[in-house]
Amino acid sequence: MKQLLSFIRKEFIHVWRDPKTLVMLFGFPIVQIVLFGFALTNEIKYANIVVVDNAKDVASQQIINKIEGSKFFSVQKTLMTPSAIDAAFKEGKIKLAVVFPVNFNTDLLHLNKASIQVIADASDPNTATQLSSYITTIVADYQAQLSPTMSAPYSIVPEVRMLYNPDLKGAPNFVPGVMAMVLLLVCVMMTSVSIVREKELGTMEILLVSPVKPLMVIIAKAIPYLVLSIVNLGVILVLSVYALDVPIKGSVLLLVFESTLLILTALALGLFISTITSSQQSAMFASMLGMMLPTMLLSGYLFPIENMPVVLQVISNIVPARWYYVIVKAVMLKGLGFASIWKETLILAGMAVFFTGLSLRNFKIRLE
Amino acid sequence: MRALRFLMQKEFRQMFRDKGFTGRLFIAPAIQLILLPMAANYTIKNINIAIVDHDHSTVSQQLSNKILSSGYFKLADYTDFNSKAGALIENDKADLVLEFPSGFEKNMIRENNQKIAIQVNAINGVKASIGFGYLSGIIADYNNNLRLQWIQPGRTNTMPTIDVVSSYWYNPSLTYYIYMVPAILVSLITGIAGLSAAFNIVKEKEMGTIEQINVTPIKKYEFILGKLIPFLAVGTVVFSFGLLFSWVIYGIKPLGNIAVLYLFMYVFLFAILGFGLLISTYSQTQQQANSIMFLFMMVFNMMSGLYTPIDSMPGWAQVITHLFPISYFIDVMRMVVIKGSGIHDIRMHILFVFLIGLVLNTWAVLNYRKTT
Amino acid sequence: MSKEIVIRTNKLTKRFDDFVAVDEITFDVHKGEIFGFLGANGAGKTTAMRMLCGLSIPTSGEAMVAGYDVFKQPDEIKQNIGYMSQKFSLYEDLSVKENIEFYGGIYGLSNKQIKEKSGELIERLGLHNEADKLVSSLPLGWKQKLSFSVAIVHQPKIVFLDEPTGGVDPAMRRQFWDLIYDAADKGITIFVTTHYLDEAEYCNRVSIMVDGKIEALDSPEGLRKTFSASNMDEVFYKLARKAKRSAD
Repeated sequence: MKQLLSFIRKEFIHVWRDPKTLVMLFGFPIVQIVLFGFALTNEIKYANIVVVDNAKDVASQQIINKIEGSKFFSVQKTLMTPSAIDAAFKEGKIKLAVVFPVNFNTDLLHLNKASIQVIADASDPNTATQLSSYITTIVADYQAQLSPTMSAPYSIVPEVRMLYNPDLKGAPNFVPGVMAMVLLLVCVMMTSVSIVREKELGTMEILLVSPVKPLMVIIAKAIPYLVLSIVNLGVILVLSVYALDVPIKGSVLLLVFESTLLILTALALGLFISTITSSQQSAMFASMLGMMLPTMLLSGYLFPIENMPVVLQVISNIVPARWYYVIVKAVMLKGLGFASIWKETLILAGMAVFFTGLSLRNFKIRLE
Repeated sequence: MRALRFLMQKEFRQMFRDKGFTGRLFIAPAIQLILLPMAANYTIKNINIAIVDHDHSTVSQQLSNKILSSGYFKLADYTDFNSKAGALIENDKADLVLEFPSGFEKNMIRENNQKIAIQVNAINGVKASIGFGYLSGIIADYNNNLRLQWIQPGRTNTMPTIDVVSSYWYNPSLTYYIYMVPAILVSLITGIAGLSAAFNIVKEKEMGTIEQINVTPIKKYEFILGKLIPFLAVGTVVFSFGLLFSWVIYGIKPLGNIAVLYLFMYVFLFAILGFGLLISTYSQTQQQANSIMFLFMMVFNMMSGLYTPIDSMPGWAQVITHLFPISYFIDVMRMVVIKGSGIHDIRMHILFVFLIGLVLNTWAVLNYRKTT
Repeated sequence: MSKEIVIRTNKLTKRFDDFVAVDEITFDVHKGEIFGFLGANGAGKTTAMRMLCGLSIPTSGEAMVAGYDVFKQPDEIKQNIGYMSQKFSLYEDLSVKENIEFYGGIYGLSNKQIKEKSGELIERLGLHNEADKLVSSLPLGWKQKLSFSVAIVHQPKIVFLDEPTGGVDPAMRRQFWDLIYDAADKGITIFVTTHYLDEAEYCNRVSIMVDGKIEALDSPEGLRKTFSASNMDEVFYKLARKAKRSAD
């Protein structure tokens, strides 16, 4: 036990004496959570659109007023030919054009039917669909208001409740993902590099010929990073709640417990990477390639997993961040308890045990 | 100038001797161009819907069928129990719950007006609003048809209707990979050509060969050009390969002028190689260069508009992204390749990236002098 | 031996903030001479040498190398010197021939000269079978001999060698010194720092630096006499005892 403590102390000293590591450990996560937490969002606000009002009548004016009143659009009114719209799209000035035909109001009054053309720059398909659906909603709204007294017969009125995120903000979706990414990347990279550094410098040999058991060496390596990561987690949570306005609806204790589990998995992965690489450079590269891309792409927070081809969906199952993302959403945003996330918890725990076992085995082989 | 020739010859020899080089040049881009667009698919379809039907009437059945046959929705469950549907939302099995109250059809006929409750899991706000948009569109459509069927002859439909006819230009099928592939190509070039230049120089520092070069009569600018020109060549090769690849695999043929793309690529490489050079002057070891790169690549990838639109970011974040040459290039690629924008449309992009490149290169060269 | 002076320094000094790495050193080196530059670790040898090569700008003093001023004409100096650093610095991923070609090329040799030179050099070093092999596959001793030969491929007036024989076995060191003598015979001045005191005996003249200052400068014999020592080891220890700076 005394041996172990002196080892752990040595590891802490390594970390404290190296300002670069400290910056990596605390600076990166803070920068990332703030930068990505604020910046990563699909919310559309004040998109530049143009309204081509060939009608200039009461009805078109009323609809335009409604569009202008929406926070989704920043409206510019000009008469434009289709080729002018094309030019404006090409220059990237506008994202959508709403065109009213000449006899809009007359048609509406006499034929009871009129149409509005919406032209979207679909080079970004998502923004295009979103914007045109906002316009459709606004128009439908106007239509419903047209004749409040003579309500339409047989109306089905949808009444919607947006759960967990009534303002449809971007942060609630991205923050749990960024948390997973930051915790994983920092832990995996720091542990693997710190162990490989000892190998590279030759100090690992000295540790291995000492009477300390390999398990002890590993524990001693892992504990400082575990402690620092938990501190990190605290910082991240405080930032999420107070800076990014993403509340913790469920139990904080449960969230901390689950995050610790993710950190343990990350440490185990870091250990594993350190046993299969021999230079700091390749450890770094392996953590980056092996962790960053899969975490970003396959954890589900940037892109929905159900849209991916089956192969990738299967692969996504071995990405720890995928499970953690589900857990954080459940605890933090939905306020659920352990009962609804025990399966994900078990998977994460399994991964931690699996990788610890694997790296212990690799470690022993090295000794012989 | 003769020295420059020898420097470049040396660089090319070293490149081709590096076993991983051809892999990095062709195989890695190919894999990424295949994998990334598959994973990075934000098309919103297959929205899971749970239907709670307390009514079991013709109307509720018809409407349910119409929703499910629209192609946007997948049935998660069809049930009588609210609690079951709630659980489905909690564990992410359903994105939407539609609830027909009991007496739905009867009330509609009697009172002309009946509410239908929809609950949406809004954690992903975009998915929620698009999904709800689709659903309310389908309901409105069904509602209109219903009226046409039910309204007795003689009693005219006085309700005016406005049709919104949407047309989607440049990508009428709203295919997501058309949007992603050109941008991924930018991220690839940044990684392969731009940043490996930095590693290359730092490697000479670490190995000590730069000392040897410094005592020779080679001029600084010759040394720097000798490093940069081979990477311009690498960039050209990767870019051409990527364009060809996206044409063969995805059928994406640039709508605009290819010469404009190449022109912009060189302006971009000028800037990003300057950035690599700058990093190399600040790092002594490959490991330092590596950590700095790692941070920047991550920020570049996340904030350059590759995955989420720049327009959605808060103002200060937009200012930051406008300092990254990569976000201009991603924009230009999407403009020229998908929309066919011309040189006039991207003139400001060219100007800004050139200016950024000028600042980065000047900074790097000044800093390079100081350190030796 | 001719008395033409190829290196002349006068109170040459280099400061890093408060630390005086090289403190007013003054000495001359003659053409064709093998000049040994000794000192403990941290005595300032490498810094002094870097200033003479134009790699580092002196804080004060004067120095002329190959007839050019280190302050004003570093480019001319570089054209006329060769340098071999203590870190092996040929490109490991280029072949023997390609390294010779590269360095010949950047010193402005014509293609014909490069061809002649590399043939001659490979012949001299007995590297026929290795000419097209990567440098990384050569043993250290061979690498260092090659490194030296490449450093003088452009026939410089002076070649600076910074601890050229570190980590090499005695037989190899002998062979290396044979190369040095050859070069000196051709009129190339050799400026060499070393740790091996037996190697100091091979030099025409030896200077010993202690704490940034030159404490002694004479022929090996002269030094032994002055310090009434039987070998260079004793001379060195008598001087080094005065050092206040610790190694490194």
